Amino acid sequence: MIFFGKKKEKKPHKEIDIKKEIKKAEKEESLWIKCSSCQELLYIKEVERNQHICLKCEYHFPISVENRIKLTFDEGSFNELFGSIGPVDFLKFKDTKSYKARLEETQEQVKRPDAVVCGHGKINGIDVLTAIFDFSFMGGSLGSVVGEKITRTLEAGAEKRLPVIIFCASGGARMQEGIMSLMQMSKVSGAIYRLKSTKMPYISVLTDPTLGGVTASMGMLGDIIIAEPKAMIGFAGPRVIKETIKEELPQGFQRAEYLLEHGMIDMIVSRKELKRQLSTLLKLILS
Amino acid sequence: MRYYLDFEKKLEPYERRLNEIKKFYTLDDPRYNKEVQSIKRKIAKIEKEIYGELTNWQRSQLSRHVNRPHTLDYVEHLFTDFIELKGDRKFKDDPAIVAGFASFEEKNIAVVGHQKGKDIREMAYRNFGMSHPEGYRKAVRVMDMANRWGKPIITFVDTPGAFPGIGAEERGQAEAIATSIEFMFTLTVPVITVVIGEGGSGGALAIGVGNAILMLENATYSVISPEGCAAILWRDGSKAPLAAEALKPTAHDLYKLNVIDEVIKEPFGGAHRNWQETFNNLKPVLSRYLKDFAKKNGDELKALRYEKFRKMGVFEEK
Repeated sequence: MIFFGKKKEKKPHKEIDIKKEIKKAEKEESLWIKCSSCQELLYIKEVERNQHICLKCEYHFPISVENRIKLTFDEGSFNELFGSIGPVDFLKFKDTKSYKARLEETQEQVKRPDAVVCGHGKINGIDVLTAIFDFSFMGGSLGSVVGEKITRTLEAGAEKRLPVIIFCASGGARMQEGIMSLMQMSKVSGAIYRLKSTKMPYISVLTDPTLGGVTASMGMLGDIIIAEPKAMIGFAGPRVIKETIKEELPQGFQRAEYLLEHGMIDMIVSRKELKRQLSTLLKLILS
Repeated sequence: MRYYLDFEKKLEPYERRLNEIKKFYTLDDPRYNKEVQSIKRKIAKIEKEIYGELTNWQRSQLSRHVNRPHTLDYVEHLFTDFIELKGDRKFKDDPAIVAGFASFEEKNIAVVGHQKGKDIREMAYRNFGMSHPEGYRKAVRVMDMANRWGKPIITFVDTPGAFPGIGAEERGQAEAIATSIEFMFTLTVPVITVVIGEGGSGGALAIGVGNAILMLENATYSVISPEGCAAILWRDGSKAPLAAEALKPTAHDLYKLNVIDEVIKEPFGGAHRNWQETFNNLKPVLSRYLKDFAKKNGDELKALRYEKFRKMGVFEEK
């Protein structure tokens, strides 16, 4: 879609040696991790101790579903729901690899049938239903399974009159499911409306990254929208935008802070404060 | 100006010659009768050859054909008394989406649709049918009025997708799309969606939550364009024809997947070959769905719409 974009000469970008060094270090030495926001090279153990938060810039690294559960829900209170739903390669989709093979490989690696874990848990004693995206499963992409599980969670919230919190981390729709992945956006949005009509709150927590169809459905439909510091949140990806408009993107574009400033989200909450903030919010709404 | 896609190019010299004759004489002028007959036979033969078995990629190209009728053409030929309403009351008017009220077979309706352009000037003005957040907000505003005033809503989908730009993101592209999708689930009037050309991703779905979804035979509806998909999964945009096969974005594919309700037949070769025939094919179907939905009350319509989308998705449960 490049028609009338201003042409701008690309400046030759000179790679600084230190970056190469960092890349090298990343490959050879898994003890180190590079912050994707401030590019600082960090000692992994230290980052882990800090709840996967960059020690320099507060960027929140993606965390595993298990970690998220541990951080958010009262100990032992989490019960997984709808765990028996799995994906099907109904389009017989094949790019450089078949979707079926890709699924099997990922399931083996991630030890999960698909990219979301749903469940029931307590946050400081308050009952909630939740869906947590797993970004490590095909980029947390939204396909039939993710859509169905989240819809059931929302419907359960409407039926049992429980609030629903969705922790988003996704690159967007799952292309390998074609039109069906797009339709999950509408299915989930319909279920969100149903939940809201029962006067139960829906809270979305946007973590790095939340993009595409996930933002343009459950991400932005939260009654209350919370983001983690420096999380990349948007509809179109920054690379696509850059290629389309042929311009440099503004500083901090599509980061949580930028969205807060533009009125798109309610607050940015550090992982360390999130549980307390959620329980206070829920208490204010529910009692 | 008639535009020919690469695979249609063979037709060009013959049709140009016919037009020349038409311009100065008439097609039944005895001096040219023989030539006209022979050209017509040739055209028919070529048509059969190039349109006989269209690939998904060719249909993708047809779905974007510049000479296809666009939303305002359907409005002009199917509806009367169209009054366009503009603006989202928040920031600006987005010409990539048109909306308003009109009359269809004596019944008053609301219409919302993406509008691409016919020529380069209109294309630029309409941003090639790629809406900014304001377009969806205008759509919601008009659908809200229609809902309060009890007017059925007809939406025409024809967009490459939402516009990927800085301003669009800043002003909440994702929020605008999500809100429009969610809002359509609240409607208590009948909603009929017709995919007339390109159904591009979230930008299409934003006005696509219908009680019925109809699709023209050569329209496409997909989560991503074949080019975009190829660029991501094959890392090579030129693999678009392969992506078009894999994505299964055509009307017949979607009908098989139960995503759409009905495929509207197009004239042989595509809607751009004969507008009137296209309108004639769509009109009775629209009319039938409107009559059917008129029998249902608001709550039923809302519940049916929910059920329709609720069923979408393919998965297994152990």
